[in-house]
Amino acid sequence: MSSVFSVELFYVISGVVFAAVGWRALRNPQQPRRWGSVIFWALLAVVYLFGKSLPPAAVGYGVLVMVVLAALRQVEKPQSEGAPREERAASAERLGNKLFVPTLLIPATAVVGALVLAKIHFGEVWLLDKKQATLAALGVGGLIALAAGLRITGAKATVPMGEGSRLLQSIGWALVLPQMLAALGGIFAKAGVGQVVSELVAGALPTQYPFVAVAAYCVGMALFTMCMGNAFAAFPVITLGIGLPLIVQQHHGNVAIMAGVGMLSGYCGTLMTPMAANFNIVPAMLLELRDKNAVIRAQVPLALTILAANVVIMYFTVYRF
Amino acid sequence: MIKLIGILVVAVGFALRFNTLLVVMAAGIVTGLVAGMSFHEIMEQFGKFFVENRYMTLPVVLIVPVVGLLERYGLQERAETLIRRAKAATAGRVILLYTAVRQVSIALGVNIGGHPQMVRPLVAPMAEGAAHAQHGELPEKTKEAIRAHASAGENIGNFFGEDVFIAVGAILLMKGFFDGLKIEVSVWAMALWGIPTAFVAFAAMWWRTRVLDRRVAREVSEQRAANPETKEARP
Repeated sequence: MSSVFSVELFYVISGVVFAAVGWRALRNPQQPRRWGSVIFWALLAVVYLFGKSLPPAAVGYGVLVMVVLAALRQVEKPQSEGAPREERAASAERLGNKLFVPTLLIPATAVVGALVLAKIHFGEVWLLDKKQATLAALGVGGLIALAAGLRITGAKATVPMGEGSRLLQSIGWALVLPQMLAALGGIFAKAGVGQVVSELVAGALPTQYPFVAVAAYCVGMALFTMCMGNAFAAFPVITLGIGLPLIVQQHHGNVAIMAGVGMLSGYCGTLMTPMAANFNIVPAMLLELRDKNAVIRAQVPLALTILAANVVIMYFTVYRF
Repeated sequence: MIKLIGILVVAVGFALRFNTLLVVMAAGIVTGLVAGMSFHEIMEQFGKFFVENRYMTLPVVLIVPVVGLLERYGLQERAETLIRRAKAATAGRVILLYTAVRQVSIALGVNIGGHPQMVRPLVAPMAEGAAHAQHGELPEKTKEAIRAHASAGENIGNFFGEDVFIAVGAILLMKGFFDGLKIEVSVWAMALWGIPTAFVAFAAMWWRTRVLDRRVAREVSEQRAANPETKEARP
């Protein structure tokens, strides 16, 4: 089962982008800690270009080198801030609302992709990657937007590469944090960390009360998600350890309500943890916030409110329907 | 109990502000060693997961070249100009409107948002532009708070809209998990019971953005009191 726009194709494009970042770091006279940055981005490029054919251990040691470079502060961004504000304002004046066309093409492609493109196939060859149609549509949207952007601005093709490199360098090593955390989650799961956590929670609380069982499950989902950075990883562990034995077997609760509201309780944990890097840390870097926990700080009151509401919603429905 | 040492490493590492990548890798190595894996096996695991999860960076990497290009040609300035004409716009209202659009669209199964593709080029500059039009020059910390809340709006809309749609990953993951245990659960029921939380989440965001608007007004007046020369609001 193959496809024209496979996710693998976009990994290759990403690899080329990372190679370009490394190349620019090499050639930029203002690049601080040149060799650290060059090696970091080059290793990343190699993993994206050849990831599937490399032995996993080789990738692992490569990642170790990247981590050491980041920890020794050898991966830094250059000072240059891009084009001056007056120049940008003048060009905004000249181009007007046409500037929005490329950005709006990205969500438009997502809609068309989900509704139409994902269904197109020529025999066994699909237009979009069947398993990850949303990602493939996003990639196609990015390419279409780039073409439109070049046309509207009349810029040379080197400009998006340069500006893209600048933004990627301002995110820096945080870019690979989500993948590292996914790996940590995998190792935790393999080591059986989840079972220990659910035994601890179930053993420490008076779970003979139906309300306590609900609160333990919702809060447990949120807390374990905060440790793992991922509600999907927490769900099976906490549901097996707390939800099913206490809410369903002991107190005869409704499985669908428990699961639905339980997963959303996990998302409250996602809002509060640096471990959910791609939702909290990467955006802070992308928006060039000085405090990389600023997004989490904005979200904590929201997360606690929604979590409390989830406990109430589940308590009043799970034993009733 | 000893298996929890990884969580301890993470907590201590974050508290002491060590490099996050280093903390995460150290936690993985320690946990793996405690569970009886060799160092080489642990590196193998890191490599395997790192390659499997490459998709996580795609939304950023595929979008930043076009966002960078458009920003170079004044996208953010244009977004600010446009929003300045809307008299009722405040930072909070812009963010709340985006949250609503994000939540409804993803509940219908369409993923149109994201930090790189919507928040950085459009939502954050529009929210900043609205606050700027209303109050004049903004202190740096206020701008950062507005951007952080724009990111929060994206996350809230995304998380608490998506489970209302049955074809989404989370619902299918739960279905698969219960199928494995031979427990009969309807995907429709799980999606349906996501609706009350979706409303609560939106209400919480409404309250949060109102607090943000009041905070913007307060911080601007504090700055003006300290430094009377800063520019005034719109005429």
